[in-house]
Amino acid sequence: MTLAQAQHFVAPPHWTWYILFYFFVAGISGGSYLIATLFRLRGDRADEPAARLGYYVAFVALLPAPILLTLDLGKPLRFWHMMWNTTPGEPGLNFKYWSPMSVGVWALLLFGVFATVSFLESLVRDGKLGRPGGRGLDGVFGRVFITVGAILGLFIAGYTGVLLAVSNQPVWSDTWALGGLFLASGLSGSAAMLVLLQRARPAARASEGTLVRSERLYAVLELALIVIFVVTLIPDGTLGIVFGFPWLLLWLVAFAGLVPGIAGLLTSGLTVRGEPAAAHRQSGSGGTAVAAAERTSVMTSVAMPVLVLLGVLALRAAIIFSIQ
Amino acid sequence: MSESGYADAQPRMGFFTDTSVCIGCKACEVACKEWNLVPAAGDASDMDLLGLSYDNTGDLGANSWRHVAFVEQQVPASRVDNLGMPAIGAPEQEDEAGVRWLMSSDVCKHCTHAACLDVCPTGALFRTEFDTVVVQPDICNGCGYCVPACPYGVIEKREEDGRAFKCTLCYDRIGDGLEPACAQACPTDSIQYGELDELRERAELRKQALHDDGVTEARLYGDDPDDGVGGDGAFFLLLDEPEAYGLPPDPVVTTRDLPAMWRRAGAAALGVAAAVVASFAGARR
Repeated sequence: MTLAQAQHFVAPPHWTWYILFYFFVAGISGGSYLIATLFRLRGDRADEPAARLGYYVAFVALLPAPILLTLDLGKPLRFWHMMWNTTPGEPGLNFKYWSPMSVGVWALLLFGVFATVSFLESLVRDGKLGRPGGRGLDGVFGRVFITVGAILGLFIAGYTGVLLAVSNQPVWSDTWALGGLFLASGLSGSAAMLVLLQRARPAARASEGTLVRSERLYAVLELALIVIFVVTLIPDGTLGIVFGFPWLLLWLVAFAGLVPGIAGLLTSGLTVRGEPAAAHRQSGSGGTAVAAAERTSVMTSVAMPVLVLLGVLALRAAIIFSIQ
Repeated sequence: MSESGYADAQPRMGFFTDTSVCIGCKACEVACKEWNLVPAAGDASDMDLLGLSYDNTGDLGANSWRHVAFVEQQVPASRVDNLGMPAIGAPEQEDEAGVRWLMSSDVCKHCTHAACLDVCPTGALFRTEFDTVVVQPDICNGCGYCVPACPYGVIEKREEDGRAFKCTLCYDRIGDGLEPACAQACPTDSIQYGELDELRERAELRKQALHDDGVTEARLYGDDPDDGVGGDGAFFLLLDEPEAYGLPPDPVVTTRDLPAMWRRAGAAALGVAAAVVASFAGARR
């Protein structure tokens, strides 16, 4: 311990790997649920396989979340103290709307219900449970249900940034961009994850164009928020902390993750090469979609999504680790 | 009803630490550890001497609820008090550099608007009827959110235990009408315990007296109810800038920015929604 360390104003939280991976899976899970919901709400039957894929990803990505959070506690077996106040004489539910962690706990629990139901529903629709071609949650109720779930998903993907900002740490508390930044990068990672997994579910490739297009827009949004992040750090002089060596390397990876989206937007705007024409989509011909998707190279459906996902992870790592 | 939410609240109790009479004996640290059964600081490596200062406690933490800061400052020899101690060697030159020692017994500030208490998701941190802030070890699950929230870097997780610990302002003693262990042990009354209103008056008088004696650098720290944390329940009289003692000049309760943070994250969410809609509209049927 040096004197400088001994005389700092604030203490670091020692949130490390568990929290990094929680932030990652929360972004992917919440983002995938939102994308899946939009696919389904659009009502195009060609998008249905991608919607189900999204709900599968949302559920599977969410599974490790409570485990990671519990393991990070100093007293893991007391995880339920987050929800139930055990103060003698004051038993009751713990909900503090002014504490992002308290709100996050409940949002995560609720979102878990939605993610699980939508996961099971997708299994039913895919005929994995009982007779093939079973019906899911149709009608107004189903639409309302997935809409509420998508809003919770958005929250789960973004609240972690607000949680960090509501601290007294350098960098975290100097900017207001973290909530939005995690949100945009979570969505970007979700779109990339779905593109990647379409290789295992060819029927979902009909929606690849939409995903690639949205990836470009998320990348622009994320870049804009990184600029805001940088600008807001300047007055407090903390830029050097988060962009210093070795964190700069992580930022390079994070920026590399933006390249597929930004470059795609610059070269071809919002049109996606190899996307099946609208008329073909209308006919719902799976064969056309698959044939079209085959034209997209391994480059776009593997290398780029992996790069984006690494960028999502690196962005969070740089922000979490650089101040501790 | 008081701001603390108790219908039958006691007068707000606190500490006034007058660093101008602190002699650095560390009796407060020892008394605190003994009364509160605060363990020694971790393994042997933590017992290392800092090597840069006579301050070897370093900072407040889970295992140091009082910390006597020793701050060595280079000042002109003329500013060093001559205690008339016998010395050997050449007589001192007037332009020779001397060392001034600042000593200050640091402690949890028991903020009026306490960030640790605000963010605690379990209710382990609570405000007592004395308007002090205390962690309940049987409730705390060691989430650690209070640690980065504290503007002073006071509260900390005890690594081998997992839970967060800090000064309780001897909640168990003051409820019985005793004064906290540190205040009772302090031989110079540098640590004064009492009703906060009275302490603030006393501190103002002390500052005036020092100013009248020519110690114009004397200042109060944490006494202002309008500062970023609504004033401290444990405040100080310092002889230099707060930064010299490792104290933040402008502490702020973290949750003050919460509504703005949600709003801006919400704005980003709208941006995401717009991006999604745009990407979907691109494939209009």
